[in-house]
Amino acid sequence: MLSRNSSNFIGSLIARSFHSSSATRSAPSAPINYPSLKIENAGELQKMNLFQAINNAMDIALKTDPKSVIFGEDVGFGGVFRCTVDLRDKYGANRVFNTPLCEQGIAGFGIGLAAQGATAIAEIQFADYIFPAFDQIVNEAAKYRYRSGNQFNCGSLTFRSPYGAVGHGGHYHSQSPESYFGQTPGLKVVIPSTPIEAKGLLLASIREPNPVIFFEPKLMYRSAVEEVPVGDYEIPLGKARIVREGKDITIVGWGAQMRVLLQACQMAEEKLGISCELIDLRTIQPWDVDCVVNSVKKTGRLVVSHEAPKTGGWAAEIASTIQERCFLHLEAPIQRICGYDTPFPLIFEKFYLPDHLKNFEAIKKTIAY
Amino acid sequence: MNQSIKVLSNLVKSSNTSRSLINAGSRRSVLFKTLNTNNTVRNFSTKQSKIDKDDEKTFDYTDKLVVQKLETYIPCYTIMNQDGIVSKPEQDPNFSQEVVTKMYKTMVLLNTMDSILYDVQRQGRISFYMTSFGEEAIHIGSASALDMGDTIFAQYRETGVFLWRGFTVDDIVNQCCTNDLDDGKGRQMPMHFGSKKINLQTISSPLTTQLPQAVGSSYAQKLAGEKNCTIVYFGEGAASEGDFHAAMNFAATLSTPTIFFCRNNKWAISTPSKEQYKGDGIAGRGPNGYGIRTIRVDGNDIWAVHNVTKLARKIAVEEQVPVLIEAMTYRVGHHSTSDDSSRYRTVEEINYWKETKNPINRLKNYMVRKNWWTEDQEKAIVAESRQLVRESLMKAEKRKKPALSEIFNDVYSELTPNLIEQQKELEEHLKLYPDEYPIDQYAK
Repeated sequence: MLSRNSSNFIGSLIARSFHSSSATRSAPSAPINYPSLKIENAGELQKMNLFQAINNAMDIALKTDPKSVIFGEDVGFGGVFRCTVDLRDKYGANRVFNTPLCEQGIAGFGIGLAAQGATAIAEIQFADYIFPAFDQIVNEAAKYRYRSGNQFNCGSLTFRSPYGAVGHGGHYHSQSPESYFGQTPGLKVVIPSTPIEAKGLLLASIREPNPVIFFEPKLMYRSAVEEVPVGDYEIPLGKARIVREGKDITIVGWGAQMRVLLQACQMAEEKLGISCELIDLRTIQPWDVDCVVNSVKKTGRLVVSHEAPKTGGWAAEIASTIQERCFLHLEAPIQRICGYDTPFPLIFEKFYLPDHLKNFEAIKKTIAY
Repeated sequence: MNQSIKVLSNLVKSSNTSRSLINAGSRRSVLFKTLNTNNTVRNFSTKQSKIDKDDEKTFDYTDKLVVQKLETYIPCYTIMNQDGIVSKPEQDPNFSQEVVTKMYKTMVLLNTMDSILYDVQRQGRISFYMTSFGEEAIHIGSASALDMGDTIFAQYRETGVFLWRGFTVDDIVNQCCTNDLDDGKGRQMPMHFGSKKINLQTISSPLTTQLPQAVGSSYAQKLAGEKNCTIVYFGEGAASEGDFHAAMNFAATLSTPTIFFCRNNKWAISTPSKEQYKGDGIAGRGPNGYGIRTIRVDGNDIWAVHNVTKLARKIAVEEQVPVLIEAMTYRVGHHSTSDDSSRYRTVEEINYWKETKNPINRLKNYMVRKNWWTEDQEKAIVAESRQLVRESLMKAEKRKKPALSEIFNDVYSELTPNLIEQQKELEEHLKLYPDEYPIDQYAK
């Protein structure tokens, strides 16, 4: 864990390649409009990027719950991605503080806080570095309620962690480890894709009576900007969002992959006249089976796409479940468009990622089957 | 629609200019600008200039080239010998006859229960057991120095601590028999106790995971302004895990009221402590390693353990800092019912500890000296303890196992859709094969 290069890392975030010139050649002519989620009775709005929305959510969490604390590596001065900026000044060093550099310690410490009744918001600096805490998260946090017969729990614990590709993150600043945790009963796993949703889902995660792992798409920290309600609101866990309705094929993804998929959907519509229904899963575990089932029963076709490697990835779980439930409705094999089964490679990132063109081809093939 | 158009323009704007916008805020580009415009070089920190010279206060510089090595060992505090004589009478906690008798009876009860349940496991009536032979003084000595508001995180060989706090033989036996009265609902192996009423966080098998958790727990107590601490028990083998390092360092830097209580019984299953560490035991890591106040104590001397724990608690609660206790003892019994310790150690070694350092006999001799205890009383209390455990066992064995629905409850605070579905699947399956599963042994 020597090479996180945290501060410079933020500065050199590069927007994903679909904005580059080569991608534009085959991209639709209209710019991509990622539809904002409407929050009912939202009140005052303010333009925020994703990290600001996360910061705003934690500000509200600290304000509304005097038992809540935020801790992790470098969160005191504002965090290497600026997510905790100003919070220590506002709420005091007892509630927003640095820990020693030790992920298993952060996780265990958070479990103990939650077990004693505090609200623990722990940060793991990169999802790539969550593995030293794997034992604490999988053997301890996830099983705490079950093994005690519900005498004790650590439900007021939330892990936040930046995940996913960022242009040049290499092996250890790019990983998407959601399926490792999705397979663990007792954990909830959440991945937002826009600032509005990040805020509502994070507040719901912090207040959720079960331990939650909340992966933030670091590629979107600065690049995604929306008019976010400044008030207190939650978006329920376990519910997917239909980002765009369609009738020919269902496309499922989450996090930063949603913009890639939206672009593929638009290409399919413009070039081939295919009507794609795009679903943002938002919660990986427990995932919204009904939403995807209903969509596939309507369209008869499914593509699932994620950045993580294909084998053992969460798309396999979705594909097998849909095959069990929608067998008579399926008109074509379910396609999984994922990262390859390799470590995340530095200079080959553009070739490695399941970009809009790979997804466009999958849509084309599934329709033509 | 208007709103989404606005968002669209924002996104486009930010995407087209993302690289330059982001770099404008980065340290690298600020550096670049500064160099190019030949401005006076400035520190990028917004903090006021101050050089940290703390190291000059904490250690001396020397021109002697010396490699440091371990020379001084932390001494072991002990006040009562095997004959029950207290060397420093002013340090005798001087409990009343009533309290001392209760302590002794609890040690004998623990010992008797261990003997019976060990045999019961051998007969296949419970699946697993771990005895506390030789460590009874640690349990009662430390537990008697704590407050009920103090939270306990334990490893698995602390049964006497729980007995002292009001956990009953029934509670222990029900958990070991995994019946419907087990508070853990029959989900964990025997010896994995947990109890809200005695403030004992449920035990889990993975070693040392409870240490950083205890630090978090005590931080929460501190934050809430409670006048309590968290005590965490662990063995010397567990102290080799990474979580030990994490916990000690977090407790020191975050200044938490945590008592780290290490039971150094010389064996981690078959691994002797000389294969576990090369330093001055576990205590040696405390003061210089982590800046944690530390005491080493004779774990077979109940008064020494009591005094040490009481002092540690006072420091933790009043000063809001952690304390490390290393209690030196010996694991007289096998590691567990799945272990035969004669394969890796000698009977002579075991007998040496049984005869010359025995913690129960030490307290008995103390009581005999005060004319508080006779052989008749000894016989009576052993018989009474045996009777208590046997009756408890008879009752526990007759009870049903917890209801099958408990397989699915408490994974989350609520049943998730897939759990509801899987529970139905099991119910349907059992209807097909009602005679192939021991359904009638489980509560409805």
